[in-house]
Amino acid sequence: MNLRRLVLIATPYLWLVVFFLVPFVIVFKIALSDYAISIPPYTPTLDLSAGWEGIKSFFGALDFENFTFLASDALYWKAYLSSLQIAAISTVITLLVGYPIAYGMAQASDEWRPTLMMLVILPFWTSFLIRVYSWIGILSNEGFLNQFLLWLGIIDTPLTILNTNAAVYVGIVYTYLPFMVLPIYSALEKLDGSLIEAAEDLGCSRAQAFWLITLPLSKPGVIAGCFLVFIPALGEFVIPSILGGSSTLMIGKVLFEEFFSNRDWPVASAVAVVLLLILIVPIILFQRNEQKQREANQ
Amino acid sequence: MAQPANRPVFAPWNDPAEKPLIRFQNVTKKFGEFVAIDDLTLDIFRREFFALLGPSGCGKTTLMRMLAGFEAPTSGTILLDGVDIAPIPPNKRATNMMFQSYALFPHLTVWDNIAFGLKRSDMPKDRIPARVEEMLRLVRLEKFAKRKPHQISGGQRQRVALARSLAKAPKLLLLDEPLGALDKKLRQDTQFELMDIQEKTGTTFVIVTHDQEEAMTVASRVAVMDHGKMIQVDTPDRIYESPNSVYVADFIGDVNIVEGAARPNGDKYAIAWAEGQPEIAATSADTIAPGTKVHFAIRPEKVAIASERPEGRANVIEGTVSDIAYLGNISTYKVEVAGGRMIKAQVANERRLARRDITWDDKVWLSFTDTAGIVLQQ
Amino acid sequence: MNRRFSWFNATSLTLGFVFLYLPMIILIIFSFNSSKLVTVWAGFSTKWYGELLGNKAFLDAAWVTLKVAVLSSTLATVLGTMAAYVLVRAGRFAGRTLFSGMIYAPLVMPEVITGLAMLLLFISIGMDRGVSTIVLAHTTFTMCYVSVVVSSRLVTFDKSLEEAALDLGCTPFDAFRSVTLPIIAPAVISGWLLAFTLSLDDLVIASFAAGPSSTTLPMKIFSSVRLGVSPEINALSTLMIGIVTVGVITASLVSKRSIARQRAEEQAAARA
Ligand SMILES: Nc1ncnc2c1ncn2[C@@H]1O[C@H](COP(=O)(O)OP(=O)(O)O)[C@@H](O)[C@H]1O
Ligand SMILES: [Mg+2]
Repeated sequence: MNLRRLVLIATPYLWLVVFFLVPFVIVFKIALSDYAISIPPYTPTLDLSAGWEGIKSFFGALDFENFTFLASDALYWKAYLSSLQIAAISTVITLLVGYPIAYGMAQASDEWRPTLMMLVILPFWTSFLIRVYSWIGILSNEGFLNQFLLWLGIIDTPLTILNTNAAVYVGIVYTYLPFMVLPIYSALEKLDGSLIEAAEDLGCSRAQAFWLITLPLSKPGVIAGCFLVFIPALGEFVIPSILGGSSTLMIGKVLFEEFFSNRDWPVASAVAVVLLLILIVPIILFQRNEQKQREANQ
Repeated sequence: MAQPANRPVFAPWNDPAEKPLIRFQNVTKKFGEFVAIDDLTLDIFRREFFALLGPSGCGKTTLMRMLAGFEAPTSGTILLDGVDIAPIPPNKRATNMMFQSYALFPHLTVWDNIAFGLKRSDMPKDRIPARVEEMLRLVRLEKFAKRKPHQISGGQRQRVALARSLAKAPKLLLLDEPLGALDKKLRQDTQFELMDIQEKTGTTFVIVTHDQEEAMTVASRVAVMDHGKMIQVDTPDRIYESPNSVYVADFIGDVNIVEGAARPNGDKYAIAWAEGQPEIAATSADTIAPGTKVHFAIRPEKVAIASERPEGRANVIEGTVSDIAYLGNISTYKVEVAGGRMIKAQVANERRLARRDITWDDKVWLSFTDTAGIVLQQ
Repeated sequence: MNRRFSWFNATSLTLGFVFLYLPMIILIIFSFNSSKLVTVWAGFSTKWYGELLGNKAFLDAAWVTLKVAVLSSTLATVLGTMAAYVLVRAGRFAGRTLFSGMIYAPLVMPEVITGLAMLLLFISIGMDRGVSTIVLAHTTFTMCYVSVVVSSRLVTFDKSLEEAALDLGCTPFDAFRSVTLPIIAPAVISGWLLAFTLSLDDLVIASFAAGPSSTTLPMKIFSSVRLGVSPEINALSTLMIGIVTVGVITASLVSKRSIARQRAEEQAAARA
């Protein structure tokens, strides 16, 4: 019927197929190929001019060698585990830092809240790279934090923070804090104030009312916030390479270096495929949480 | 002395020579398995003010949307002026719709909203302003032309929506619960305004409403729908006085329904409704076989109430007052009669300080004539 | 929420915002430091700004970045708006699940993977890497953000407005152009802004998609940042923070004023 409808659907559809789906197929394919010192640096390449034989030999040469390599080399699985650990720990810290901020915003008066909201969102619009960079001067040995602590007399030799995992935690908490604050805030903001009053009317103290009413009802926001921090933190590259040290193992960094320094494309692709497989679980859980909230809102 | 001019009766549906403007022929509309419109056949005539009445979800909006072109019938045909409209897209149809939500374009002024359709018609550009002004005058909004929809009140918005849908002078105007969002007083005023505009413009109106009073006020004919079917299509007075079914009788206004078995009795019928009680005498245009189970329906205002037994009434029933509702202009008495049945009687409060001669638990007599009620077989 | 703002709330908000803003404030202050030593204050100076403006490599990178951002965000806005319209309005069609999957996947995809996949595509189709490949890559991942922003507006958009336009004689395209688009314009504009900043900001995907001759500003910053803190980068950061802050505050003031005006008009209407 409808040429217009066809064009409307096909344009973004084809774009995404060509520039998003096909590239992933290529990543999978190269993950199954072998490293070669050539251009492109992997074999086999699909030789369509050889006809059916070419296709057959192409598929025959694909194997899972790279994946067995990943499993056998401690570097890789240590990098996955350490990424999971760093992402999990930073998520917990972000939650502990972010919840009081979101709670404070939700308790603030109506005329203050738009301003507070803008103050939380503003860092979103400033460069991620610059926000990470700003911590180098603070965390380095002669940086402001050490100067401050020395001045206070708490320490007498500078602490080494920069180029350690601690600096990576700081970087992740700092850059992803708004992702945690905003969903929690929006859950708390929806909360009906009369619930707290009812709880207090029924004999709860303020702290009990918070523990029994506010906290459980903000759970969807907390879950959403945690996933919004955890998922991108897992594949993070910029923060570990700027703030982390040589001992900081994160899979994003490993992939980047595997690709650019070692030029081992098949292994880099295999690293990417495994990372994707690991990410599927939290992504599905996140989607489910969102779905539940949507249904609850209806 | 001049003869009193006899206003011609507007009843094209009784004239076999009259061609309908809209004809639904066995139209069925399904959403998946769900049947929203069920084999519906209906004629609507030129200059009619046709009201669709029915409970929520019975298919009124669906019927309108098929006329406007937003839904296509699953089977059957819809003819407009004798032409099948199925292949015509909504933007080419000679119908316009006034939406339940008004659907005024929030980014355009009142003036531009009204001009919107005209700019997309074949009307010459230089004639558009005059037409818009005319419409603004019609709905008395000349002073608000420069405002945006959010800058005017609910009643004014509703009039803009009306003006916008009338501007292209459609053959058929569809109004989907146009007054739903207005309060009662404004609503009544607007009903008369609508009738006035309909008469002035001579457009055919099809109006959806779930308010039976509104349907009775504005319409030349009322269609009562249920579950995608037409139950009765008739003039307001006939719908009220001669409903064809318990459903219609119950849907329109307040009614007492008494079940019983009918038997012919001379040119009337006698309905046995309770052990040891005199049968109800009633008339019916239909022939009813002896022993048929029927429903006797009678409006409360046709039932008289008295503390002494009245003489010379066809039907007299004894009972006790169980409830009284004072509604200002009228009072309704709920009277318990034989077998625990309740019958309502309505009395106009003519005197200001009504002597409370009937009160709770009083023994009373209900009475009505043998033509006051109606015998329904379905 | 019943609001009883306590000392605890005030403290956590204060500490939270100090944490969020102090690093950037320090950065800004020390961009005016006359010493090369970035952690020791040696007096006010704007010489690093002068040096920055004389640094051709930075200026070239900034120009490439700006070009890429304008092109890709504009393209992404068109494609993303179409995608949003398809998601919300097109009903059922073959491959709808795949389509919505492809819209949401880039949002949670690690940048290293997206970048790698893009690069492998460009290589296998033999495309020379440069500005055009960065634009393609950025368009692809930012269009998904645009379509999320626009579709969340479209979901709340009253469909009867479009039907009214059709009823009054519009073709579907005309209805979109003269009714839908003007109404969802704020969402489309914020989608564009989001795509623009994402593109300006992106390091990882650009690193994969860029050729040797096309270095973007984040890539340039990244390579000098790896060598440590430099006052020139502080100056550059200050400029970028300044531009964003002014932009965001202006935008919010403008929208606040238009909301206030709308309120006043509504009140006037209620009185009329
Ligand atoms: N697009 C649709 N898809 C599925 N069911 C629908 C759709 N539109 C209407 N219906 C169903 O058809 C029935 C009639 O709806 P409608 O015509 O809107 O009723 P109303 O008489 O209240 O205007 C309802 O039960 C409704 O749920
Ligand atoms: Mg309806």
